Amino acid sequence: MPRRVDVEKILIIGSGPIIIGQAAEFDYSGSQACKALKEEGYTVVLVNSNPATIMTDPDMADKTYIEPLTAPVLEKIIEREKPDALLPTLGGQVGLNLAVELSEKGILSRHGVELIGAKLEAIKKAEDRELFKKSMQRIGVETPRSDVARSVEEAFEIAGVLGYPVIVRPAFTLGGTGGGVAYNKEELKMIVDRGLKASMIRQVLVEENVIGWKEYELEVMRDLADNVVIICPIENMDPMGVHTGDSITVAPAQTLSDEEYQTLRDAAIRIIREIGVETGGSNIQFAVEPKTGRFVAIEMNPRVSRSSALASKATGFPIAKIAAKLAVGYTLDEIPNDITKETLASFEPTIDYVVVKVPRFTFEKFPTADQTLTTQMKSVGEVNGHRQNFRGSFAEGVKILGDRPLWVGIRWKGWKAKP
Amino acid sequence: MKAVLALEDGTIVEGKGFGVEGLAEGELVFNTSMTGYVEALTDPSYAGQILMMTYPLIGNYGVAERDYESDRIHVEGLVLRELCRTPSNWRSEKTLERFLEEYGVPGVEGVDTRMLTKKVRVYGAMKAVLAVFEDESKLNRVELAMRAKAQPHISEVDLVPKVSVKNLTHIHVGGEHDVVLLDCGVKRSILHHLTLRGVNLHIAPFNYPPEKILNLNPDGVFVSNGPGDPVRVWETVKTIRKLAGKIPLAGICLGHQLTCLALGAKTFKLKFGHRGSNQPVKDLESGRVFISSQNHGFAVDGESLTGTGLKVTQVNLNDRTVEGVRHRELPILCVQYHPEAGPGPHDTHFFFDEFLRMLED
Repeated sequence: MPRRVDVEKILIIGSGPIIIGQAAEFDYSGSQACKALKEEGYTVVLVNSNPATIMTDPDMADKTYIEPLTAPVLEKIIEREKPDALLPTLGGQVGLNLAVELSEKGILSRHGVELIGAKLEAIKKAEDRELFKKSMQRIGVETPRSDVARSVEEAFEIAGVLGYPVIVRPAFTLGGTGGGVAYNKEELKMIVDRGLKASMIRQVLVEENVIGWKEYELEVMRDLADNVVIICPIENMDPMGVHTGDSITVAPAQTLSDEEYQTLRDAAIRIIREIGVETGGSNIQFAVEPKTGRFVAIEMNPRVSRSSALASKATGFPIAKIAAKLAVGYTLDEIPNDITKETLASFEPTIDYVVVKVPRFTFEKFPTADQTLTTQMKSVGEVNGHRQNFRGSFAEGVKILGDRPLWVGIRWKGWKAKP
Repeated sequence: MKAVLALEDGTIVEGKGFGVEGLAEGELVFNTSMTGYVEALTDPSYAGQILMMTYPLIGNYGVAERDYESDRIHVEGLVLRELCRTPSNWRSEKTLERFLEEYGVPGVEGVDTRMLTKKVRVYGAMKAVLAVFEDESKLNRVELAMRAKAQPHISEVDLVPKVSVKNLTHIHVGGEHDVVLLDCGVKRSILHHLTLRGVNLHIAPFNYPPEKILNLNPDGVFVSNGPGDPVRVWETVKTIRKLAGKIPLAGICLGHQLTCLALGAKTFKLKFGHRGSNQPVKDLESGRVFISSQNHGFAVDGESLTGTGLKVTQVNLNDRTVEGVRHRELPILCVQYHPEAGPGPHDTHFFFDEFLRMLED
């Protein structure tokens, strides 16, 4: 398919201030998108509240607004610029959330702005835990097992089936208030009691614990002709329970056999189709039980993410740039491959080296912060080591961080400290 | 153990040996899959070849028998950048090193596979010798290089007879269709996908006579993948020529090449072949692109298909070579890539469904 001609002016929302969990990678992907769309002759309107970014450089977009990223401000800009489309998937979570808000408030439809890349329904299906779980059930992809408990007794019953530890999530509370991990009956009773009180509808979700499972991510690209390719499988050295942003991660995946990798690949393709992300990059996370190989889908980002940046750097496949071109109607087999120059973007990169991403922490600047790594991201940056073996890439990554000596200890089962 | 890899152009590479002591001769080819070494090692299509993996860390997930594509290792030797001796995977039953020992195959690690791959890409697939010995006196570099050069070219050896079944065997799954599978070195995944779809198989040697095939009264004939140059497998070509039009025919990889030869097309040797799990194939009828698993050193000449009644249905997007053909009138359907995967993506499993539809028509 050639590029769309019914669209002329495209709005891109940047990622705003740099915070932990949302840093320069979205400036990079947003800038790539601006460049790619301008290259195709579209007029690009960019909104970002952060002037200290590359994407707000004068020649990056045709018009750049440095304004607060709020719905009222965006509405004014939309009124003034009258863009034909909004591309929400390349500016990180802030841009995506804002696009959802604009869409739900009817602002986009009022001004005839089309969401390209991912439609509202797809974004909601991916972002809403319940909708995601239902979608996964429809296509037969497992998610962590769970059940609803209305009393402590019911919670005991469910935990008996799932096995301890279990995760308790109260229904309809803000930010998971009153939830927690229960390692035994006593703890479960305590947490469920608290959770039931916190929940408006006196319900808690008792969920199977996947902490400690192997964690994998697949970067998926899809075009309007429904061609799907996987850019790179990534394996986290830190298992489930440590945020991917804080994990040491390795591209490509290291300990999956082909059969297992293909199973995840098949699932990822089914997921992107079911969720309905039309074009561009998405990131799908899986947890694999290390002893049985059972796998569950954890979540999906219907946009380019931090891991897309890693996958791009690891393989040379410019995910953000290609995603922008797919959003305006090109198919993967129409876009030239920047690495080989001779072939096309419809392929799956294969590499003959290993990339290890090592996060950077600056706890010295946050002396009161808890230094335990959990599911909330705490690192402030990352470096990549590229070498032809794991040790080399790992050492390179650690060395670049290099401001202090670093010891890495690996504890295995049966390990005993010397008396 | 010390190991020396000598190429026909005089290149000598030294590394650390593993597996067993011995001398392997064959064509040095590279595979770009990052997973699937067990499937590749046991794929009969690699007979007569020394396999080099371009991904540098091999053996990470160990070896599980469930992944075997045949009953043994078929590659002559294995060339790696780095062997993993401590696999981490729940299915792993043994290390890769142990696997090579078990089937008496020599391997070398610690060599610059990137340099060798570039060489093969520039100069084409090369004849090579891999020598793995404890005793330094058995590793005379000059002798090995001469030996590499002196060995016959892959087009001068008959490899299919070595990997084909000797007698007719049957797999009856109580299905609706009976198919004769001409075994030129079939992979288990192909058998799996056919039987999964309710096809009872008569697995016949590659040179099983056409009259006897028809006497089995099958609904169709399936020609498998296999090693070497297709023009050497003239017996199967003649069989296909006699069967064409009488019975539905399908082929994969070597089977595809043999079918095209039987109908009058020509084949040629690719410079360094397609071996990997990331080859994009475009279906010309639907416009869709699939990522396919491939393993072939020869290909069908697209221009020579004129007048054979075959039309190209799929092409490789990297080099535009023929990936699939279909006959304009007769029930004949072939693909160059491996729709059964093992290893590789499952995008093209639908080929087997198309084959079944052809049987039903």
